[in-house]
Amino acid sequence: MSELGAVSEDGFLKKAFGNRSFVAGLVITCLVAATALLSFFWTPYDVNVLIVSNRMQSPSLQHLFGTDQFGRDVLSMIMVGARNSIAVALVAIIIGMGVGVPLGCWAAARGGYVDDVLMRFNDVVFAFPALLSAIMITAIFGPGAINAIIAIGIFNIPVFARVARAGALGLWPREFVLAARAAGKGKTLITIEHILPNIANLLLVQGTIQFALGILAEASLSYIGLGAQPPMPSWGRMLFDAQTRMVVAPYLAIFPGMAIVITVLGLNLLGDGIADTLDPKLRRQR
Amino acid sequence: MSIYLIRRLASGLLTLVVASVVIFFVLEILPGDPARLMLGMNATEDAVQALRVQMGLDEGLYARYVQWACGLLSLDFGRSYTYSVPVAELIRERAAVSLPLALIALTLSTVIAIPVGLFAAARRGRMGDTMAMTVSQFGVAVPNFWFALMLVYVFSVWLRLVPAGGFPGWQSGIWPALKALILPALALALPQAAILARVTRSALLEVLGEDFIRTARAKGLTRKATLWRHALGNAMLPVLTILGLQFAFLLAGTVIIENVFYLPGLGRLLVQAINQRDLIVVEGVVMLLVAAVVLINLLVDLSYAFVDPRLRTRA
Amino acid sequence: MSLLEIENLSLDIGATPILKGIDLSIEQGEVMGLVGESGSGKSLTALSIMKLLPSGARTSGRIDFAGMKILSASEDEMCALRGDDIGMVFQEPMTALNPLKTIGEQVAEGIRLHTGASRADAEARARSMLERVGLPSTKFPLSRYPHQLSGGQRQRVIIAIACALKPKLLIADEPTTALDVVLQAQILKLLRELVDENRMGLLLISHDLAVVAEMSDRITILREGAVMEAGETARTLSAQVHPYTRQLAQASMHVPVRQVHHSVPAADRKAPLLTVENLTKDYHSQRTLLFGRPQPFRAVSNVSFSLDAGQSVALVGQSGCGKSTLSRMILALEKPTSGAVAIEGKTTVGMNDAALRSVRRKMQVVFQDPYGSFNPRKTVEWLVAEPLHLLEKQPTKAERRERVEQSLHEVGLKPADMKKYPHEFSGGQRQRISIARAIITRPRLVVADEPVSALDVSIRAQILDLFADLNQKLGIAYLFITHDLTVARAITDEVMVMHEGKIVEAGKTAQVLSQPQSDAGRMLVEAAPDLHRALAKKMQEQG
Repeated sequence: MSELGAVSEDGFLKKAFGNRSFVAGLVITCLVAATALLSFFWTPYDVNVLIVSNRMQSPSLQHLFGTDQFGRDVLSMIMVGARNSIAVALVAIIIGMGVGVPLGCWAAARGGYVDDVLMRFNDVVFAFPALLSAIMITAIFGPGAINAIIAIGIFNIPVFARVARAGALGLWPREFVLAARAAGKGKTLITIEHILPNIANLLLVQGTIQFALGILAEASLSYIGLGAQPPMPSWGRMLFDAQTRMVVAPYLAIFPGMAIVITVLGLNLLGDGIADTLDPKLRRQR
Repeated sequence: MSIYLIRRLASGLLTLVVASVVIFFVLEILPGDPARLMLGMNATEDAVQALRVQMGLDEGLYARYVQWACGLLSLDFGRSYTYSVPVAELIRERAAVSLPLALIALTLSTVIAIPVGLFAAARRGRMGDTMAMTVSQFGVAVPNFWFALMLVYVFSVWLRLVPAGGFPGWQSGIWPALKALILPALALALPQAAILARVTRSALLEVLGEDFIRTARAKGLTRKATLWRHALGNAMLPVLTILGLQFAFLLAGTVIIENVFYLPGLGRLLVQAINQRDLIVVEGVVMLLVAAVVLINLLVDLSYAFVDPRLRTRA
Repeated sequence: MSLLEIENLSLDIGATPILKGIDLSIEQGEVMGLVGESGSGKSLTALSIMKLLPSGARTSGRIDFAGMKILSASEDEMCALRGDDIGMVFQEPMTALNPLKTIGEQVAEGIRLHTGASRADAEARARSMLERVGLPSTKFPLSRYPHQLSGGQRQRVIIAIACALKPKLLIADEPTTALDVVLQAQILKLLRELVDENRMGLLLISHDLAVVAEMSDRITILREGAVMEAGETARTLSAQVHPYTRQLAQASMHVPVRQVHHSVPAADRKAPLLTVENLTKDYHSQRTLLFGRPQPFRAVSNVSFSLDAGQSVALVGQSGCGKSTLSRMILALEKPTSGAVAIEGKTTVGMNDAALRSVRRKMQVVFQDPYGSFNPRKTVEWLVAEPLHLLEKQPTKAERRERVEQSLHEVGLKPADMKKYPHEFSGGQRQRISIARAIITRPRLVVADEPVSALDVSIRAQILDLFADLNQKLGIAYLFITHDLTVARAITDEVMVMHEGKIVEAGKTAQVLSQPQSDAGRMLVEAAPDLHRALAKKMQEQG
């Protein structure tokens, strides 16, 4: 395992801000988040008002990204859609981390059959292509944003469990953990005081990756009609509606897609930046 | 070697058994009676009950699982409620589209990604590397179904080179069929290629930092020779892992992409079957996809043993 | 003309100067020892000769090798030189070989590259070369992979690669640092023989003055990228003209002042502080055959001994002899397969965590690696206070701070250091913090696992002094786990020699180290580098 955590907090920030990926990723991610927040207070047009006379307008100064088949402003819909995407991906990560990290830490601390059983179970979940299972779950429990969150969240669990376990296994034989055991500390206390702070970086990096994957998964689910339901605007749904109108209104497909690409790109850059800053081995190669 | 193989095989089989249990019971507890759904809301209770008996739905859950699982062993997936044909037949028909699609996409992404990764690693920090990595960074961020829409717009709507969707079937000749698969395969392959190229590059860079690379250079090997002779083999291990994982992604990707291009593949079959509550079809297709993932991962583990002598022989 | 001449070599990485005007020369058949503490620029000097420097390094000055200007040579010329006329051996045998290629392939590769020999010819030469370094093909066929060899055997393969084409110059960068003393002696002997056979020049880089004194004709002493002193080995090291040379030599031979522990008369004796009885530990290796029973590996076999309060005992042995496993069982960090460990008569085997607390308070531990011993995210105050968790009554914040301050004071650190993080300290200071943590509960016994082997000699001397001082002041008993006999000689009353899981010899330190009775003991003592002995021998040779 790499020497994660060899950098102190303030040292980390200083280094991170010198890293191009990190800065670009942070800027993009903050912009997307700010847009989503802004949509709560202000959008150029109300997305709930349908004005049929305005339908299918090409991008113009009035409607920067054009209007859809019901005359709604595409820019406004993308702004509101950002909320949905971020909320789904974020809650899915919270579910994944909340269950996966304790499980992974437990498996690493306990070892033996607990570890075996948990990891076997992980293998089973991994054998289901994540999106496929999400499709199944939303199909069973009905389409909708909540079920999309649960479906994506469930498949974040083994990912975080695996990362936490691998990180923790690397730490348990370390001398500072032995010293803590010699100081009479139990497994739970050691996990809280020594293991978790030192795998936090790994989890953070994995978190940005899963965030990005969550955004993509949510878009895919909405695209095949299993995610957020109309009239709630969502990026994937907008792409589905755009597909049949590609010939007359390609802009309907271009802009929501760009929104997804930019959001995912920002998160990936952020994750790369954090990983680069934390891992001295990679840093040496620069 | 034998121990390693047997252990992998056993764990793969165990995964399949557990997966079959999960698939069957999760799907069977879901609300909605298939018989009622097929006959519509106006059907009499007697008619529904009769159909239930006919479909075997009146038997116990456990008995039905055993029956289904035993059927799987002889590749008998049961009979579709809606199509009234054996599920195996449906699957075979649809797999003739999905399987070539996934294989073409996997080949395409590997053929593109590995040379790009090698190229970028060899010229680390220079123009070529920066450009390849910037493009791949975008590639990773692109949702494949959106990329598919863009491809359709450019190549079908605009340039009119290939059909925008549909599948003529293999009986209409290899070329027309392949032509219909080109865009879907590209849409699937390129985002995956971006990921794979990045993994290849970083795996190579990590290996290039190892001590034995220095030993090779001290022997008098040039930088290039070291890359080919010592770095590439070692970098293949993480690349193989990702390749295995990507297959699962590709399978899931075909489900979406087939819907974009209206291809009659397993993915569309699955989505249609879910909507029609044709459970036996859903169970069969999902089981098949899971088995494919398990099989591919087994192959990856085997190729590990092939590449890495540490797994073949023990000191 | 010399084989290798380095004149005024300077090297910068980024804006940091690393080497500052180094001069060095090596004649044919001569061994040049390059000595210095960590960060002195030894390795980068070697890599400059090979032109294998990290990217971003800029060099100036002159390096001539057999009439060739290295610094202005092209990459193609260097490739022709490396492995043919200059061979290099590195520190880490475990990672220096490609795990995916057989040893035969790896030795033959350089031969084929430089001579254009056919595969069969190259393999024949590789076979004889491997035989020469002590790996005969009857026992070690060319088809072996690196993971099937031990560390010492791997280092022999690397030497075979480096010497396969009988280079004019061999560079060995800390070739034995990762090996234990017995293997070290074997590898050094092999290098010596190869140099004599082929009239090679050898640049031997080491932090260990004794090793260099034993091996080299001339030495160059490096500090912070500059040459302090250079000359004939015997003269330089005995005259000690330069103050830094004196400092290094004295630190290498340093013996802390301490009173010999007088054993308490048998009549007054209570239960010994530590009793170990028939302690055994088996590890289960992975199964190799499907139906065969896994063969347990016996790491520690039926060990018994006892240790009195205030006594300082060394446990010495080759790497892999089971000494670390034994220490972990004593510390109740690992469960023994059978046997018992008792502290002040109370047996710890089978105790639950709560009951262990009162025992753990009496014994603490100091580890080898000053970098891995601390959680990097906690302050020194938090880290040093960690064993206070063992107290019956948890101290208040103020009491806690007071005890940490006291403990830091005892190891020579300032109260202000409490607020800092481990990475702000040097290796030696970290080892002090480690000791402060170990003594905060006022234990009766401290188990120290190779506590100074990762430290430079001058720092090592200071830490040994600190151990001796605490033994005196606080009456703490020590169990030192070490492969380094100088450490044992410096601060212990008694020595136990461990070999293949058993204690094969025990007795007074001076006696065991001067007249070892067991084979294992004799092997260790003979192999241990000793500056006094090496110098005496050199004085005879060089007059």
